[in-house]
Amino acid sequence: MLAETLALSALLFVIGTFGVLVRRNAIIVLLCIELQLNAVNLTLVGLSRQLGIEGQLFVFFTMTVAAAEAAVGLAIIISIFRHYRNVNIENFNLLKW
Amino acid sequence: MADILFYVFAAMVLGGGLGVVLLQNPVGSLLFMVGTLGSIAGIFVLMEAHFLAAVQVIVYAGAIMVLFLFVIMLLNLGHDYHADLKKGLGAFTAFATAGFLAGLLARQFGGAEENPIYQFFPGPEGMDQLLAEQGAIGAVAFPLFTDYVLAFELVGILLLVALVGAVALAKRRV
Amino acid sequence: MTALHLLSTALLQVEAAEAGAAFAPFLPGLVIVLPLLGFLANGILALRTGTRTADSVRAAAATAAEPAAHATLPVSRGSAGHWLPTWVGPGVVGAAFLLTLVNFVRMFGVELEEPVIRTYWTWMTTGSLSIDAAIQLDQLSILMMMVITGVGFLIHVFSVGYMREDPGYARYFAYLNLFVFFMLVLVMGSSFPLMFVGWEGVGLCSYLLIGFWFEDREKADAGKKAFIVNRIGDFGFLVAIFILFATLGTFDYVEVFELAPEVFLPGSAVVTAITLFLLLGAIGKSAQVPLYVWLPDAMAGPTPVSALIHAATMVTAGVYLVARGGVLFALAPAGAAAVATVGAVTAIFAATIALEQYDIKKVLAYSTVSQLGFMFMGVGVGAYAAGVFHLVTHAIFKALLFLGSGAVIHSMHHAFHSTHKGWDPQDMRNMGGLRRFMPVTWATMGIATLAISGIWPFAGFFSKDEIIWYAGAAATGEYRALFTVLWGIALAAAMLTAFYMTRMMVLTFYGENRTGAAEAAHLHEAPFTMTVPLAALAVLSVVGGWINVPEPVQTSLFGGFGLLPMSEWLHHWLEPVTLAADEVRLATLGPYAETAPIGGGHVAWGAVATGAAFVVMILTYRSLVGRIVVPATESVPVSGFRGLLYNKWYVDALYDRLFVQPVVNSSRFLWRWIDQGLIDGAVNATGAVTRGVGWIGSLFQTGQVTTYAFVLTVAALAVLGSLLL
Repeated sequence: MLAETLALSALLFVIGTFGVLVRRNAIIVLLCIELQLNAVNLTLVGLSRQLGIEGQLFVFFTMTVAAAEAAVGLAIIISIFRHYRNVNIENFNLLKW
Repeated sequence: MADILFYVFAAMVLGGGLGVVLLQNPVGSLLFMVGTLGSIAGIFVLMEAHFLAAVQVIVYAGAIMVLFLFVIMLLNLGHDYHADLKKGLGAFTAFATAGFLAGLLARQFGGAEENPIYQFFPGPEGMDQLLAEQGAIGAVAFPLFTDYVLAFELVGILLLVALVGAVALAKRRV
Repeated sequence: MTALHLLSTALLQVEAAEAGAAFAPFLPGLVIVLPLLGFLANGILALRTGTRTADSVRAAAATAAEPAAHATLPVSRGSAGHWLPTWVGPGVVGAAFLLTLVNFVRMFGVELEEPVIRTYWTWMTTGSLSIDAAIQLDQLSILMMMVITGVGFLIHVFSVGYMREDPGYARYFAYLNLFVFFMLVLVMGSSFPLMFVGWEGVGLCSYLLIGFWFEDREKADAGKKAFIVNRIGDFGFLVAIFILFATLGTFDYVEVFELAPEVFLPGSAVVTAITLFLLLGAIGKSAQVPLYVWLPDAMAGPTPVSALIHAATMVTAGVYLVARGGVLFALAPAGAAAVATVGAVTAIFAATIALEQYDIKKVLAYSTVSQLGFMFMGVGVGAYAAGVFHLVTHAIFKALLFLGSGAVIHSMHHAFHSTHKGWDPQDMRNMGGLRRFMPVTWATMGIATLAISGIWPFAGFFSKDEIIWYAGAAATGEYRALFTVLWGIALAAAMLTAFYMTRMMVLTFYGENRTGAAEAAHLHEAPFTMTVPLAALAVLSVVGGWINVPEPVQTSLFGGFGLLPMSEWLHHWLEPVTLAADEVRLATLGPYAETAPIGGGHVAWGAVATGAAFVVMILTYRSLVGRIVVPATESVPVSGFRGLLYNKWYVDALYDRLFVQPVVNSSRFLWRWIDQGLIDGAVNATGAVTRGVGWIGSLFQTGQVTTYAFVLTVAALAVLGSLLL
């Protein structure tokens, strides 16, 4: 079962990466990042079955950080939206020089 | 039985993931995400991580996704979403990269089942025993509040900072 | 009283005489330092007051950019700083002359066998080489010092009058003082490298002074030409002293001339090579064939410069070199014969060109080249005293001739300037009959002409006669044929000298005045500061030759049967210096002959030479004085053989074709293809490559978040891959 779990999480992670690189909507990009995080959580929980409770503890923390990051990220996107009136990340190109 | 359930949940996870990435409508993406999260919670249950499954549903699917939904509704997206997915060379490159990554991870995780390092650890039987002794929540809580209490507190501060930051960033300038 | 006492002790070395007769030099270092101080003082003044030349000041005045009043011209007459160069310029040289005189008198009373060396500091030591900054005082060097400071002082005084209105007055005296300094270093240095320092320095000052009016392109080019042609000779000099060091291990004169007879076999390839390379250096500096081409062009500089540098001192450096290195030349008879041959060829060649020149300074320039050829002949046949004697007398009367021509040009320039007639003030065809307007100049130049033509009893007779005699007397043994030919050439050149000098005098001072009626009113004698040096030099031209008259001549008619105050002083004076060389020559080539190649003694040939010269002068005068001369602007170009002489045997054109044009073309090629194309291209390419790489780098900086996420993913992939694979 462990192998399948790990394979699943790897696949989910790759799907998440693909989504980050392909989507234009900033909020959906954040959502795909959450997918990646979930994949990692899945790995951790799967391995904790073999290696001890620390895996689950770490998932606890990861989830917390993901929550904080989602909140702040969405706040930023709201601020940007106030300026650009849309959330197309191709418009956020001021980090040029 | 557990295996069949696992594969069902796995299919739902992957389907949800693909839905998140490929759907144009952001609300649709979000709903598929919720589905994914729920399926992952199911898999957590199959892994005997009951507490985490509950936390996953309550925090992730229940709070964070709702937050996303609120923001989408606040910004009134979901109308002009026709060109949301990149096409062409960029998509192909992304696909290739992702594919490489997949191959790499697959190669790495291929031999996970028979790693000799497992002999130093309790293993599934030890986990079951722990759960039987302390219960699902206790198994997580005891180490959390004793060995890892510092990290626990710091994460609390992190949440406070995130809270303050989010409010400061998002509030309307008066 | 105390001053007198000091002077007498200084002169007579009373104290030293008590200690035993030895030569104690009196502040010899000061002799060198004084002109250097003069240079610094005048130079600083020149830098502060500007260095424009007369042309630019006139141009500025013409465009009314600034008032043309004399008082505002930098350092010309009437301006604030004018007194400094006027007194300091000649003053330091005069003081140096007095010091040299003191030392000369001291040396006179003492029988000096060995040179006195004064070392001041060590210049450089590397490995086995050690060169000191030291001066050598012996009979030869003190004689040269007297000539340099004495004639130099007179020329400085002359320049005060001549350059009075030139805005570059301070700069002029700065350069002139610097020149005297370097020339003194050249003759007083105790080793070959020190001579070379002076050698190069006088070359530099020559360049600076020839191109003094540098805003005129031709004059600046003349300065460049002088320096470049000199450089060729300098190469020879350096190679010679390198070989010397490689074989003998030392540069100091005393050591070299001691070791040379022991180390070198007479006539061996090494010492012949040394002497031939030294000859190359002397050819460049003393304007012999084939490197004489810079001297006539050097007449572009102010006339006193021509007098000092290109008549009296710098060009004699080559003769001094051969005289100083007499031992080496005696050890290499082939090299010495080469010196004599070069001298003879130059003497006759330059004399032919001078026959057909119309610019008064060009006549004198070619005459100088010719007379230098005579000096080379003298030192080439081993008659060092004779060569140096001619050097001294030539310095006197050639300086006088140049200064006199300077006075003439000065006057003609004023005449043409006042009526704005654009004629060339140096062209003799525009002169004529100046005897009435400038009697003092006429008289002094006449004396100098008689001297240079070899008329008894003037200076040139004795010195030139001596050289011709020794050239003939050296025709013994294996060099009999060569030296006989050279002797004949010398006689012919002497005759030509008489001819062209008389021609010059006739065209300038006799006949009808061709300057023009309006201009003639402005012709006047030169001012006091200019005529006094002329007179002084004229007196010396008369009696200057009486210091080296051989015994047989003294007792003959030419010596007034022993009544005139002549002596063979110079020959004996230089004996300690030339002794080593004379001994070597005696051993290798044998003694001089007693009669000329075709028979006849010293007195007889002296009579023949002076008589023939006198006849040539009379005939020339008679034939030219009545001839109608057309002013320069109306004269027809000269053709045929005369045209060949007038155009200087087309040597300059030949050099241009053979050397200058190929160098210019190859330089142009190198400039365009190597310098601009290859090197600049490489540098530009480096810049372009850097820009290109930067451009490639900039492609990553799109500002797009997705791009950065992509790069991040790829990088993570790479790291992961390198760890896992």
